[in-house]
Amino acid sequence: MLDSLLALGGLVLLRDSVEWEGRSLLKALVKKSALWLVYHDFFRDPLNWSKTGEALPGGPLGALRAMCNRTDLGPVTIALDSLSWLLLHLPCTTLCQTLHTVSHQDSCPPGDGSPVGKVHVLGLLHEELHGPGPMGALSSLAQTEVTLGGIMGQASARILCRRPRQRPTDQTQWFSILPDFSLDLQEGPSIESQPHSDPHIPPVDPTAHLTFNLHLSKKEREARDNLTLPFQFSSEKQEALLRPRPSQATSHIFYEPDAYDDLDQEDPDDDLDI
Amino acid sequence: MGVNLTMARERGQLVFLEGLKSAVDIFFQAQEKPHPLQFLREANAGNLKPLFEFVREALKPVDSGEAGWTYPVLLVDDLSVLLSLGLGAVAVLDFIHYCRATVCWELKGNVVVLVHDSGDVEDEENDILLNGLSHQSHLILRAEGLATGFCRDVHGQLRILWRRPSQSTSQRDQSLTYQYKIQDRSVSFFAKGMSPAVL
Repeated sequence: MLDSLLALGGLVLLRDSVEWEGRSLLKALVKKSALWLVYHDFFRDPLNWSKTGEALPGGPLGALRAMCNRTDLGPVTIALDSLSWLLLHLPCTTLCQTLHTVSHQDSCPPGDGSPVGKVHVLGLLHEELHGPGPMGALSSLAQTEVTLGGIMGQASARILCRRPRQRPTDQTQWFSILPDFSLDLQEGPSIESQPHSDPHIPPVDPTAHLTFNLHLSKKEREARDNLTLPFQFSSEKQEALLRPRPSQATSHIFYEPDAYDDLDQEDPDDDLDI
Repeated sequence: MGVNLTMARERGQLVFLEGLKSAVDIFFQAQEKPHPLQFLREANAGNLKPLFEFVREALKPVDSGEAGWTYPVLLVDDLSVLLSLGLGAVAVLDFIHYCRATVCWELKGNVVVLVHDSGDVEDEENDILLNGLSHQSHLILRAEGLATGFCRDVHGQLRILWRRPSQSTSQRDQSLTYQYKIQDRSVSFFAKGMSPAVL
């Protein structure tokens, strides 16, 4: 599923966190899908501080909008590293409108009837940087969301895919990125990475060296198993309650009053001032 | 780390911008002269382009014939102060981005930045700065106090997080935790619970 993400088209959100970075997966997906790569370098001077005149007009957003007006044919994947940078520098509505226009380009063919290729937009988004509003807005625009996570050094990608007129699918894929940015799909956290006890050392018996006895002998164990608990409601007890046998002695209280007792039934506590 | 900073400065190996002194000087300088902390003069939250230009100028070789800095290190202490002075988190992140492009990418050096975690106090700007910096970093060192409270012999613990691609061939852990004790001119590190004072 992970290696065929870009075949689905539309906007694919790659959500990463501080603990599980997503840039390497972005590069791996680009490497997998790209036959011909055009690289727009906004790393060195995204805000045109150097004023060398080399910067594209309109900055990164201008470059993205220019892709909306492309007239060449064929499918194209636009990889954005990162959407978070754009979201921090632009109003959320502007970015969402631009992304919507770019990723839905193939639904509105140009007037001359020529076919337009499918456009895939793959955007890296850093989860902790944005509030629920912008995250929700981008999420609603995306056809596919890939959330990075992992356990014990093993990375996983949770892929939530929303296709029109179909039920959304939710899958988790374990993976790793090789040094040449190839994608290596895996079954799950590898067994070697899980801590396990040495098979040569027998498990320690915690009741072995105690100052009191926790073991039961066979006779003691039998006596314990045969004991009925006083408040356990068994069929014998039910019988006894329904038909009290006359031979069963009823309980009595024997009380010998001493000289100081005044058994006045009307005032047993002797505190009424009548 | 035991380095003599005064001698390094005299030899031209260290360029030091003293923020506090510089911030006071700005009010006694002519306004036409560009100043690294120019944003202090502006009423609206500005950007740190003048400060970046100061860094870039400092990294240029003094004479045109001389070789430039090899593998420079930019130390910033500390970025949280810039937020307190009225700058937005995005402006500070942009400054660090440009420093990375020049120091790390162009000159193959390193950038080391100190930023404070607001902890339980909700500080949205500081959180954006902290998370934004974390995403730009390859190595995160997180110093915090001990969960059990103050200890005379163990001053705190350091969590080290490497941000690198998830590689199946890498056997090293992604994160490590050490405890430390700060001494006169150095720091000693030990594994958790292994402080010499405790053993």
